[in-house]
Amino acid sequence: MTSDRLLFDYLLRLADSDLVLAQRLGEWVGHGPVLEEDIALTNIGLDLLGQARLWFAYASEVEARFAGAGRSEDALAFLRDSGGFRNLLLVEQPNGDYAVTMARQFYFDVWHKLLLAALTGSRDARIAEVAAKAQKEVAYHVERSADWVIRLGDGTAESHARMQTAVDDLWTYTGEMFASDEADDVLAGEGIASDLSALAAPWRATVESVLTEATLAVPTSLFMQRGGRRGVHTEHLGHMLTTMQHLQRSYPGAQW
Amino acid sequence: MNEWPLWEIFIRSQHGLAHKHVGSLHAPDAEMAIKNARDVYTRRNEGVSIWVVKSSEITATAPSEKQALFEPANSKVYRHPTFFPMPEEVKHI
Repeated sequence: MTSDRLLFDYLLRLADSDLVLAQRLGEWVGHGPVLEEDIALTNIGLDLLGQARLWFAYASEVEARFAGAGRSEDALAFLRDSGGFRNLLLVEQPNGDYAVTMARQFYFDVWHKLLLAALTGSRDARIAEVAAKAQKEVAYHVERSADWVIRLGDGTAESHARMQTAVDDLWTYTGEMFASDEADDVLAGEGIASDLSALAAPWRATVESVLTEATLAVPTSLFMQRGGRRGVHTEHLGHMLTTMQHLQRSYPGAQW
Repeated sequence: MNEWPLWEIFIRSQHGLAHKHVGSLHAPDAEMAIKNARDVYTRRNEGVSIWVVKSSEITATAPSEKQALFEPANSKVYRHPTFFPMPEEVKHI
């Protein structure tokens, strides 16, 4: 693979996690526990969608370099099947109750913040630029999700039990965030991507400190699921995409 | 969630201007009220500073006191600084 192909795939990994999580958060519209949360959560979804668009726009330009023409943002978002998606398994997991949504968000936000901080030093100026912009939004995301993990964990017996179940159930999807493959290694070697394994220790330190403050036990399971970043997904992604892509699939090229 | 108290939200739009009441929302505590206010009331770049005050902490005038409190000021036009001749050279007053 040429390095442009690798870069294209890497940009999809960045974009797809943002897009899929944005869609999941969007599913809360009109269903939030209170009006204020409904607005806050979908704001975060929109932040992520905006970031996904920036990555897609760049991916499209990179694709044009080796494929002659790059697909549009819409084509990349709405006309790929689940096997073409490169997002983390974590973000495609269903919303569940509010504890599950917040645990998923918290695990992702802590990682996302560390990743973007590392990418601001990328030798690819465009990646560094997008990361710098996204970093500010994500600093708020992690503050909010950590806050909710602590509130629910250290809340009532019911909220504590639900929060513990949520952090335990999603734990198995966190290992994938730090597992690099050849594509990551090549791009990291060129100073374009970041070394994912280096994010593991600071991620764990933050997660442990928040879970402890939340009076929650840090999960100990060592088995980790993998596959999202090479297109092997859980059953949930396909179902989500049928809803997300329905309009473009039924009415190709439809516009507002 | 109905037991969450109501908070009044004040936002300062630019440096040098006073905080202005923009509305209210529910939140379990002050910290969360600030976060919710950020998401509900500053989405379009409205603010540089947020105050939150529990609605129950506000003491208000009663509508029934309106006459006694405000009407006496109606008949005292001399309290408005409109009776002083202004020198021509002075602008912007």
